[in-house]
Amino acid sequence: MKPAKKWLPHPLLTPVLAAVWLLLNNSIAPGQILLGLLLGWAVPRFTLAFWPERVRFRAPGRLLRFAGVFLHDVLIANLSVARLILAGPRVLRPAFVVVPLELTNDLAISLLANTICLTPGTVSARLSADRRHLLVHVLTTESPAELVGMIKTRFEAPLKEIFEC
Amino acid sequence: MLNLALTLAFALVGGAFALSFLRLLKGPDAADRILALDTLYINAIALLVLLGIHLASPLYFEAALLIALMGFVGTVALAKFLLRGDIIE
Amino acid sequence: MSHVTEILLSFLVLAGAAFTFIGSLGLFRLRDFYTRLHGPTKATTLGVGCLLVASSIFFSVTGEGLSLHEILVSLFLFITAPISAHLLAKAALHRKLPSLTPPAETFDTPESQE
Repeated sequence: MKPAKKWLPHPLLTPVLAAVWLLLNNSIAPGQILLGLLLGWAVPRFTLAFWPERVRFRAPGRLLRFAGVFLHDVLIANLSVARLILAGPRVLRPAFVVVPLELTNDLAISLLANTICLTPGTVSARLSADRRHLLVHVLTTESPAELVGMIKTRFEAPLKEIFEC
Repeated sequence: MLNLALTLAFALVGGAFALSFLRLLKGPDAADRILALDTLYINAIALLVLLGIHLASPLYFEAALLIALMGFVGTVALAKFLLRGDIIE
Repeated sequence: MSHVTEILLSFLVLAGAAFTFIGSLGLFRLRDFYTRLHGPTKATTLGVGCLLVASSIFFSVTGEGLSLHEILVSLFLFITAPISAHLLAKAALHRKLPSLTPPAETFDTPESQE
């Protein structure tokens, strides 16, 4: 293992942990910044054994756009779920839908599952053993095929761009 | 005006507590009860945040953060127990 | 505190509490476990998110400076809520809980993988 890789195994994690430390202390005093950076370096360094793989973003710019789409969809999905709950159980058409996955990266799959849980009235229920299909439960749908297409183009395609080539 | 909004919000969150608690009693399955407990801890976070605003005291934030951490661990442990019949293997 | 902030705060507090209530209402009134799962994971998460934004604005306006540590709780909830929902759905499938619609056949394998 190269020394740079050994001493700074997750370069992205360091600023993130430092930011979390500053938020936790609710302060941007220079001492806290220094302590945050120190923790951000030490925690990845000493927990290296748990996650040997380095996280790579192929297209960091797309990540911001994806976050924007995600926040917008969370709001819309929440309003529609709230409306459905108030409308009562009789109007619901719940269904289980299988989404075939093209993603292979573990982090990308878990991000997709989390996104699906928070956005369009769906909850991801199970990943198949070969990691090729995701079982999704949807609160109400008229056409499952359309929903699968929506998930694939709106969430899976950008994630594929961000994490894979 | 904020006081009126806070009173209404307390009532709504109290109602949320009551409904989750009814589901906790009713079941019918253990999974439903775990889901009800999960909802109850999130409701508790909401109540603590409201109380923090009402009393204008930032102290309650730490409690909310701790409940968020512990509640999640609890839910995961219970769900794991349903899946495996065991928590630590 | 100015009028505009007070109106904004009242709106956020009410919206947050309403979403929290609707989430629990969904938990209470829907008919099978899988549909009940939707209420708490979505509505409640956004409800608490709204309340935390309100709290952040309130302490930034009244306290001695910017107060952003509420973001941490919302961030944490946004990461953990789907995970608990996913695990509970998996546990429910594992226990073969009755559902309004049957799950697809390809997933009818009883084992649960990691």
